[in-house]
Amino acid sequence: MAMITIAGIDFRYKDIWALRDVSFDVRRGEFLGIIGPNGSGKSTLIRIVDGILAPEKGDIKINGEDIGGMRRRDLARLVAVVPQDSAMIFPFKAVEVVMMGRSPHLGMLRYEGDRDFEVVRRAMEMTDTLSLAERYMETLSGGERQRILIARALAQEPKVVLLDESTAFLDIRHQTAFFDLMKALNEEKGLTVVAATHDINLAAAYCNRIMLLRNGHIHSLGVPGDVITETNIRAVYETDVLVDDNPLNGLPRVTLMSANLSGRGSRSKAGAAPQL
Amino acid sequence: MKRSVVTSPSRIIRISAVLLIAFAVVAAVSALTGPAGIGIGRVLKGLAFGWREGSPALEPFEKTILVSVRLPRIIFAGIVGAALSTAGVVFQALLRNPLADPYILGVSGGSAVGAIMGIIIGVGCIPFGIPALAFLGAVLTVALVFMIGSRDGRLDSNTLLLAGVIVNAFFSAVIMFFISTGSNADLHNIAFWMMGDMSLADWDKIVLMIFLLAVGTGIVCCCARPLNLIVAGEETAMQLGVDVRKIKIVLFFAGSLVTAVAVSFTGIIGFVGLVIPHMMRMMLGTDHRLLLPASFLFGASFLVIADTVARAVFPGMELPVGVITALCGAPYFIYLLRTRSA
Repeated sequence: MAMITIAGIDFRYKDIWALRDVSFDVRRGEFLGIIGPNGSGKSTLIRIVDGILAPEKGDIKINGEDIGGMRRRDLARLVAVVPQDSAMIFPFKAVEVVMMGRSPHLGMLRYEGDRDFEVVRRAMEMTDTLSLAERYMETLSGGERQRILIARALAQEPKVVLLDESTAFLDIRHQTAFFDLMKALNEEKGLTVVAATHDINLAAAYCNRIMLLRNGHIHSLGVPGDVITETNIRAVYETDVLVDDNPLNGLPRVTLMSANLSGRGSRSKAGAAPQL
Repeated sequence: MKRSVVTSPSRIIRISAVLLIAFAVVAAVSALTGPAGIGIGRVLKGLAFGWREGSPALEPFEKTILVSVRLPRIIFAGIVGAALSTAGVVFQALLRNPLADPYILGVSGGSAVGAIMGIIIGVGCIPFGIPALAFLGAVLTVALVFMIGSRDGRLDSNTLLLAGVIVNAFFSAVIMFFISTGSNADLHNIAFWMMGDMSLADWDKIVLMIFLLAVGTGIVCCCARPLNLIVAGEETAMQLGVDVRKIKIVLFFAGSLVTAVAVSFTGIIGFVGLVIPHMMRMMLGTDHRLLLPASFLFGASFLVIADTVARAVFPGMELPVGVITALCGAPYFIYLLRTRSA
């Protein structure tokens, strides 16, 4: 059964169309990756699924409910977002940020109760952030901050987690650690995950299915092996790539092929193509 | 994970109680400060035995000074300090800008123009004449700034901020025009109003102010949790279930109402609404459920102290209280900035 049903979405910023007639389903417990070049509509789509932007046309159903008339509070109990980064202007402690995830359950006035502390403790345990609880957010590293933001999303007890370029500012170790954690939560807790990302190889490695967006349209949607092909990538990103099988897992692997990177350039003395 | 890291109702009550006691002490000291030489012993006797003529307690004129002059003034200063500090917290959070203060949206300029027109026309003799004009000026200005700063029913923080700055600049020009063409007597009154005049306190004004401020601060306090989330980012707040659009409109209006009320009755007292929220945030953290009541109470004490100094430092003459708030506030603020890097 579908967890998210998107039917005939149109969206535009003023007179620029960002999404045209986008329809797809996300299955319960699925890990869906959304890839596509800058401006292809990835972030717009994430923000529409989270109800921050209202589409001009079309329906979004999450867990069978139309989100059009839903209160923000109810939606926040269904869907959580892990953003790119969360710059805090004023000082907040990590545990206070995770506790913010409880606010859709508490409303304006109620104070946190035993259950809220228990949920927050478990969320921080799962993300291995309990030891950071009393640190101020600005003293944490980028990787630690992202784990806190995952913990906040988990504290919302959502059915769906949306990742909006959540690993963009992380180094390779923390990128894989982040996706390992999301994958574990996806498999063990049955959490539905939708990840918009620029990293095609990460998407290929972790997602059940991948959606390739081009100028606000779905160019292709399917298992990584079907979507990530040289023809598709060249058509959508307008750049040459080499796609072969990753020897570790047999999933498609993308290698950039500009003059420098493919070894024909003057700077690439080592000969082998560096991989992204 | 210790539960005590997260603000609990008992922590809020504890800290509020301490600040309330501090205010009581400050108010008592202030009540006993002044040229009339009213000692604490005789005040206590008066409270214990009643205010009778010939009693060992206060003389009737001393009682009048205490009850009709000093006490309303203390309450007045407390209310204004509390209002400005609360509004400062709200504006800093809504605009996500630690440099914001209650006047940032043009309330000060608008109310000043209203008050100055009142002073020049001479409505000072009508009860509530000048406050009414100042309030009108403030309300019209806020309405104008909101009109400039809204796009399809949404208040955009950056546009609001710019609109406020521009409107304030425009009104400064208008004020300078009035000052350069006004008579000497008017000029003194204008100068006092511009730096905050506490000498007009009386119980009628206090009752009206308390009513208006109760509405404004009541609304603000109910929105403490959404404020925490808005500080973390407007989109984040939406993702965490806050109807940001609605809450922002409500809070901008409540904050402006609170500021307009304070300004209309006393003139422009600077620095309180900027410094007190900062000090409280450095000491207590950013949770607005604690930050709002703490700033409210501490702001009250701060302004009572400043006003007491303003009327005691040169016997026989009074300084505008805004002079004191800036003279003490700025150095202390710099000290905080240099010693605490939170």
